[in-house]
Amino acid sequence: MAYPRADTGSTKIILSGSDLQRVVDRIAHQILEKTSGARDTVLLGIPTRGVPLARRLAARIHAFEGIDIPVGALDITLYRDDLRLHATRALGKTDIPGGGLDGRRVILVDDVLFSGRTVRAALDALSDVGRPSSVQLAVLVDRGHRELPIRADYVGKNIPTALAEKVRVSLAETDDGADEVKLYGGAA
Amino acid sequence: MIKHLRSAADLDAGTATLILDTAAEMAALAGREVKKLPTLRGRTVVNLFYEDSTRTRISFEAAAKRLSADVINFSAKGSSVSKGESLKDTALTLQAMGADAVVIRHPASGAPHRLASWVDGSVVNAGDGTHEHPTQALLDAYTMRSRLGRIDGLNVAIVGDVLHSRVARSNVLLLTTLGAKVTLVGPPTLIPVDIAAALSPGTEPSRGGKPKENRTGVSYDLDSVLAGTDVVMMLRVQTERMQDSYFPSAREYSRRYGLDVPRMRKLPEHAIVMHPGPMNRGMEIAPEVADSSRSTIVEQVANGVSARMAVLYLLLGGKA
Repeated sequence: MAYPRADTGSTKIILSGSDLQRVVDRIAHQILEKTSGARDTVLLGIPTRGVPLARRLAARIHAFEGIDIPVGALDITLYRDDLRLHATRALGKTDIPGGGLDGRRVILVDDVLFSGRTVRAALDALSDVGRPSSVQLAVLVDRGHRELPIRADYVGKNIPTALAEKVRVSLAETDDGADEVKLYGGAA
Repeated sequence: MIKHLRSAADLDAGTATLILDTAAEMAALAGREVKKLPTLRGRTVVNLFYEDSTRTRISFEAAAKRLSADVINFSAKGSSVSKGESLKDTALTLQAMGADAVVIRHPASGAPHRLASWVDGSVVNAGDGTHEHPTQALLDAYTMRSRLGRIDGLNVAIVGDVLHSRVARSNVLLLTTLGAKVTLVGPPTLIPVDIAAALSPGTEPSRGGKPKENRTGVSYDLDSVLAGTDVVMMLRVQTERMQDSYFPSAREYSRRYGLDVPRMRKLPEHAIVMHPGPMNRGMEIAPEVADSSRSTIVEQVANGVSARMAVLYLLLGGKA
């Protein structure tokens, strides 16, 4: 699902396709390092763009170490705290890998970390699905402006932004065209 | 998204598909340890039931509770209705209590439409007289889609007391919107005389892009229809709505329009048998058929909760 977004003001490419690939490779390595070989680990992507990112991470981990780690999706729409502020949202797909989450390490994967509210909702959703031994967070871009005490364990790129700016992640799987991360708007 | 669900005709193909997709996500919840979502916390859903009902009321109640809404059950028996309170006054009472949604079942066709003009919240039709029962059509469509993988292009036979059936009416509207071909089967006395005319090509505007031509037909002979049917939906013979004699005897009805084992064998291999419940076993459906693996009757009840959760979420989940 591609969201229509206004492309106003200045535009800056933050990550090109090849940058993005290198960043995913690095996060995959960091996951292997920090989880001593990604044992008992499940990657859960948050729709829309967290899901293909989680799949890419799993594919890279497989390429580096030959391990297959389960990948799933966790839709957080029904747990959002801003449902009443917008028109009804369509649900994304939730897909919990076989074997469940109990006692496993869950790594949530999302494209952009901003206010932290999505992650808060994801933590609530997780606790209704099972009881992981621990939960970590991997994001492609951390743009700051947190509204909740939440941080990421794996960050692709930290981007200082103004509140008015917009970070737009395009992935080949979900958006027409190539992989790219752009910064829009702000003081043009 | 629409504000009320009064008729299956409120739904275009896109909205109906959105509800079915949402229901599929809601169904996944049934397998979870915690079968509860915080989504409608602080919202109030009133079940306003002027007619007896088991599964629909319980189904709506379960759906609202799984979404964390507060549920108030109101049944006409034992309320001020038996003292003569009108629907309007009851509606204004509910309005004053701040109901975000009213789920109404009423013996009078059109009651939900009237109610929608008196309350600010959403109105969901849970069956009005012989008019409509849209959430039943949604759960039926959901059941077909999950069993057969699609709705577009399916041949659906709706068999029995079409005249008194709100289930049939809502299903015809919804299934044709989603591209199925519906054949109404029953004794001539139980098929509304105007239905062939009303559903003939051209008179009904197409909703959602698909032309309505040849999407609905009528047959008085069940045996001739079975071989080309993907879904047989048996309707209950509604003895409580039958003041006149529509057929000579229950036995004759059962012989000509009841689904028994020999008739079930005429169906294609993949075909499914549906019934909205409650069943008259041995009348419109033989017990062996109702309990066979083709029967989706128990599944329909489970899917009812998911479909109603989807409806409540889509009506109440967003900005009011």
